[in-house]
Amino acid sequence: MTLQDIPMVFILGGLVFYVALSGPDFGAAIWQATAGRDEHGRRLRDLAHDAMAPVWEANHVWLIFVLTIMWTSYPVAFGSIASTLGIALFVAGVGIIVRGAAYALRSGTRTAAEQRRVDVASALSSVLTPFALGAAIGGVASGRVPVGNAAGNLWTSWLNPTSIVIGAIAVATSAYLAAVFLSADAVQLGQPRELAEDMRRRALGSGLLAGALAAGGLIVLHEDAHRIYDGLIFGRGLAALIVSGLAGAATLGLVVARRYEPARYSAAVAVAAVVIGWGLAQQPVILPGLTIDEAAAGRNTLWAVIIAVIGGGLIVFPSMALLFRLTLGGALRGPGGTAMTAADEKPTPHVVLAASAQGLLVRVAIACLVVGFGFLTVLEPSWAHAIGIAALAGFLITGFLAVLPDDLVGAAPER
Amino acid sequence: MLGHVILAALAPTEQEHLLQARQMQALSFAVHIPLVAFGTAFPVMVLFVEWLHHRSGDPVYRDLARRWTRIMVALFAIGVITGTILSFEMGLLWPSFMATFGDVFGLGFAIEGFSFFLEAIFIGIYVYGWNRLSPRAHMLSGIPIVITGFTGSLMVIAVNAWMNHPGGFTWVDGKAVGVHPWTALFGNPYLWHEIAHMYLAGYIVVGFVLAAIYGFGWLRGHRGRYERTALAIPLTVAALAAPVQILIGDWAAREVTRYQPTKLAAMEGLGKTEEGAPIHIGGWYTGGEVKYGIPIPDMLSFLATHDPNARVRGLDAVASADRPPVNVTRIAFQTMVGIGTLLAAIGAFYLVVRVRKKRLPETPWFYRALVLAGPLSVAALIAGWVTTETGRQPWVAYGFMRTADAVTGAGPIPVGYAVLTIIYILVGIGVVWILRRLARTPLGHGHGDESGGATLPGAEVVT
Repeated sequence: MTLQDIPMVFILGGLVFYVALSGPDFGAAIWQATAGRDEHGRRLRDLAHDAMAPVWEANHVWLIFVLTIMWTSYPVAFGSIASTLGIALFVAGVGIIVRGAAYALRSGTRTAAEQRRVDVASALSSVLTPFALGAAIGGVASGRVPVGNAAGNLWTSWLNPTSIVIGAIAVATSAYLAAVFLSADAVQLGQPRELAEDMRRRALGSGLLAGALAAGGLIVLHEDAHRIYDGLIFGRGLAALIVSGLAGAATLGLVVARRYEPARYSAAVAVAAVVIGWGLAQQPVILPGLTIDEAAAGRNTLWAVIIAVIGGGLIVFPSMALLFRLTLGGALRGPGGTAMTAADEKPTPHVVLAASAQGLLVRVAIACLVVGFGFLTVLEPSWAHAIGIAALAGFLITGFLAVLPDDLVGAAPER
Repeated sequence: MLGHVILAALAPTEQEHLLQARQMQALSFAVHIPLVAFGTAFPVMVLFVEWLHHRSGDPVYRDLARRWTRIMVALFAIGVITGTILSFEMGLLWPSFMATFGDVFGLGFAIEGFSFFLEAIFIGIYVYGWNRLSPRAHMLSGIPIVITGFTGSLMVIAVNAWMNHPGGFTWVDGKAVGVHPWTALFGNPYLWHEIAHMYLAGYIVVGFVLAAIYGFGWLRGHRGRYERTALAIPLTVAALAAPVQILIGDWAAREVTRYQPTKLAAMEGLGKTEEGAPIHIGGWYTGGEVKYGIPIPDMLSFLATHDPNARVRGLDAVASADRPPVNVTRIAFQTMVGIGTLLAAIGAFYLVVRVRKKRLPETPWFYRALVLAGPLSVAALIAGWVTTETGRQPWVAYGFMRTADAVTGAGPIPVGYAVLTIIYILVGIGVVWILRRLARTPLGHGHGDESGGATLPGAEVVT
């Protein structure tokens, strides 16, 4: 592996995380809309919402990650893909708007009818987005995106046999992952047994569908994207293909055995292997006539990307682990705990700031403002400007503390 | 290196819908930027109010922090999606720009992506952690949101500053070679006034928008403890920040004079290079000069350089093909400055009453002004971006690449523009609806999270 390949590894890694984490988010919306109107359906919809709501934004950022690494590291390839596949990507973008807005709006719904409307919109967008993104990948995989500004066909680049089958696989996989994850969540959140059973049936059905589509997809690839087919069957992609098949079968077995927690992970492995297999079959070429090596940015930029990703990863991964630990451990889901109630019972009356300090703070604030004006506005050199900005920040903070609303609010009423 | 040979294949194409592409981008920014303000400044206020609660034990602060958390999370969700659309549009609308310079400034967005990651993670923990985490853990989970709000803005502004003052590469035959991405982004003198101006603007907008909402309530008689607190905190923030913004803005104008004299000339409608240049208030730029405006002699020279007789470069210093649209830039600039001055006056009035009389103002006129100040502050924010973006035209990377050479060759831009407009109108209606709902839905003491939603069953009816 050369320096030029490393950002591509990040991109594929980001795609794996996006599919494995945001896929279930889209899939959950599909199950929400098909859940039915009765009490059981309502519980299922709430489960799907509650399970995903704390994590969807963070999961969703993987797509942004993929885009930014792509345009920084392989700018020409990115420009070519974004222009030729513009319509597919725009459709995906519209889907993401609707899905995200639905999350925000669902929290304001009060009646079942309102909630259903939001759920249907978010389910439609959740079919649209994975399909369009899968179709875009199909365009790249089948070599329909030439180098150049909108040099390929704007429609057939993503509406072709390979694109359609990959788009369909993306939708089915999302639904399948969601069903597996929600089965595990239902058990873990102590939901009624029928709920997990219901999700289990959905997991088995959608898993078989996704598997069948994947198998059928190989035939389509043979006809329409021969290079990828060769790479998957005779090249380096074969190992990944086998891993995916085994992990997929293992997941079905685990779901049948109602062992949902490990099924979560084997399902994710099956999906990851498909993405990696595509990457292996696709390389060393990104677009027809353009290899990864040729498309890569200069060494300085590639190193900067590597440093940024490693540095960012060192902060993001532990944070993400914390989020998932809190979510999967139930600390962020289900009914609220007692932390706040305990605090309510023992109020610690406390004056936030003494009156004498207030007068002093006003004077400090005014002094900061004068210093800030002098250094930022009157003086010219950059170092003076830096002092000026610091002084103005000091003015804002001291000034704010000086006029805290304590006296405006008045004492708390006796309780 | 081969990549740069192939780069020639992404040559500009004829795009008859360049203006629509620019408007589509502008629409996306105009929708997203106010949400950014709420992503950067609002968490600070929410966290501060929560801190007041822990410190004083006063439940009014807790109720306020929880109510605001609901609003914060709803707006953050909308900000996530409108921001995603922006990152899509970088490629969808301006593929040649990305193909030529992605390796120079793209890193800023990559780091912003990590910022965004952390923000999303900790917003999730903070929002769903209300009532579920210990007070200390909950406060701590809010701090990364504040930090990443700033770093995220810093990264995006670093890219914008680069577009205004490109560096960190060598320009050879229309290609960027010898790229130094860190220098390009952070060794740029244009960055610092931009980030200061925008970051502070976030506090002004959030402060005045919230003050407008509670000011409206005040006029309708909602003047209890809760409402007074909810009014005073954001209003104080905005009242302090608005006068400071005048100083920052003045500094920004001097930096623009230094690095982008043509933009300054467009902002002021200065047709000819002259000594002792005047400013005009109001008026219309036509035939190389401002007509019907109120002139203040020597003022532009003094503001731009601190010397009333200094020579200021006019639009005639560059070829007419290199000049930005003057009236759009100038009117946007005057709008921003005019509103900014008004906001500073409102803020100063409040501070004087607050410090001298130790109470809130009592005249209803003050609250009527506040109700206007909220939307006006948003207008000023957008006008400021129109000023700097339009003033940079016809360049996307100032002096290196024209916007017309950056645009996509794909045809259906007007369709995309129309679809996005319709969707954003619907999202806007949705946001107003949800905010009204969230403001009225009771907090539901002791149960559930601050996201409302599924844990608030449909049976909970409110009058």
